[in-house]
Amino acid sequence: MATTATSPSLPQRLRAGDPVAHTLTGMAASFILAITALLLYHLWTGSALPRAEFGWGFLTGSSWDPVAEKFGALPFIYGTVMTSLLALLIAVPVGLGCAIFLAELAPRGASDALTFTIELLAAVPSVIYGLLGIFLLVPILQTTVVPALVAVFGFLPIFQGPFQGVSVFSAGIILAIMIVPFIVSVSREILLAVPQDQREAALALGATSWETTWKVVVPYALTGIFGSVFLALARALGETMAVTMVIGNKPEVSSSLLAPGYSIAAVIANEWAETSSGAMHQQVLIELGLVLFALTVVINGVARLLILSMKGGKK
Amino acid sequence: MTAKIDTMSPIRAREPEAQNNVTPAPPPGETPFANSTIKLQAEHLNFYYGDFQALHGISLKVKEKQITALIGPSGCGKSTFLRTINRISETIRHTRVEGHIRLDGADILKMDVTSLRRRVGMVFQRPNPFPKSIFENVAYGVRVNGLDKKTPLAETVEKSLKRAALWEEVKDKLHDSALALSGGQQQRLCIARALAVDPEVLLLDEPCSALDPIATAKIEDLLFALKSQCTIVIVTHNMQQAARTADDTGFFLLGKLIEFDRTEVMFRKPSEKQTEDYITGRFG
Repeated sequence: MATTATSPSLPQRLRAGDPVAHTLTGMAASFILAITALLLYHLWTGSALPRAEFGWGFLTGSSWDPVAEKFGALPFIYGTVMTSLLALLIAVPVGLGCAIFLAELAPRGASDALTFTIELLAAVPSVIYGLLGIFLLVPILQTTVVPALVAVFGFLPIFQGPFQGVSVFSAGIILAIMIVPFIVSVSREILLAVPQDQREAALALGATSWETTWKVVVPYALTGIFGSVFLALARALGETMAVTMVIGNKPEVSSSLLAPGYSIAAVIANEWAETSSGAMHQQVLIELGLVLFALTVVINGVARLLILSMKGGKK
Repeated sequence: MTAKIDTMSPIRAREPEAQNNVTPAPPPGETPFANSTIKLQAEHLNFYYGDFQALHGISLKVKEKQITALIGPSGCGKSTFLRTINRISETIRHTRVEGHIRLDGADILKMDVTSLRRRVGMVFQRPNPFPKSIFENVAYGVRVNGLDKKTPLAETVEKSLKRAALWEEVKDKLHDSALALSGGQQQRLCIARALAVDPEVLLLDEPCSALDPIATAKIEDLLFALKSQCTIVIVTHNMQQAARTADDTGFFLLGKLIEFDRTEVMFRKPSEKQTEDYITGRFG
């Protein structure tokens, strides 16, 4: 439309909105950095007392006695990591299988309807999942699943000891149910975004439709699928309500998944109300928050490296 | 005579009655293979996307070890026709085929689709290498078809890259990503990938439309060289390309095969007015 070759005048440029858009989006982006920095600052300064008192030993100590002011984070770290790992172990195959079905095999209408349902599941409040755990999952585990598992795998250390319903195992399964929708809905979108020409290239070479899916479409989407898994893992690590309702809230490290445990998020939520401002107990809980933050950063960092090395290997 | 004038106007020809005067009855005396060099034969092929009929009674014969070009304006059905030959068209939902395509006399619609596609390779409009190494791209078809028992895989890959005239350019970086190659190299890689399973027929769907003239010239040279080894069907927008490379040429318009003949006849003395209009650039 512009007929002259001269550059537009300042009013024209302002009307075009470039500087405004630049400033606004830049502010939005720096907001994220500011939040992260503030969070870290408060977690750090708020936990000065226990950091001076226990040092690195806090991470490996396993006693938890608020009265005697003896604190160790190990049972909580252990419970958090174990429940999340168990959840991933169950949720990744189920979620990926479901995403492949929805993206590649199901008729489009059914796929959209099912995806809508799955996204509804992702929006269910976690306290509801906690109730589901108490009233539905734990009884089923107690009467059916755990006796069967113990009968077959009872020789393994992770399936030994009595089972009272609330346990690391139950928490892991509830978490798995909660994160499956994340994996499914994100992975499905990513699989659908794989260019059609990749599928056609494989099919035209005589690959069956499953070979095309498994050897071409899924590898193409792998980075994105990993992304969905880490999103789910982040949710599992920080999940509070549902976990505290079924994990048993007992600060112990047990090799058996059937024993009760505790998680970082759960202990912060449960004990915060009992503490007074600035007291050792409260500062310990803040330090646990710092540990959870660090745990998330480390796991995500490792995941990034994993993806980068995969890409590098593939070149 | 009136029909000819009617279908000259694209808008006119889309009206329903235009369909009625298309498909004559099957040819009397079913002896289509008197000439033994016919590799592929389409008989009264109709193709539908849902309710839309994209192909109207296409019948043509593709001769063995020759290059057959299909030309025509966008949306005329030439790519659709090509995609029915290896049944890749089936991957789109709500499509339907009527009629027959015979490969060496056997109806492809009754064949096992994976073995059909192994015999009939395809190269697409845009280069679509897998995001893997050059070697793995070429090896892919060999691996999925379980053909790597007879000859060592590396040998097959080398041979295929040589047939696609790409070997000299990539022999030192076989394990680099295929995506680092230029567009023209990627397209020749896709040809090598298709050749690795030793197809009898190679379908090319506007293989040069995303390439510059130099890369295009390389692909055309390659087609000449490949002609002695397999039957080639190429869809192209580019009439010069058809004139330069093809032995036979078919002209498609609005889902119909208007004319099919020796290339020199098609370009020098087309018998249909519409063909002449198209190749002289009066429309399309």
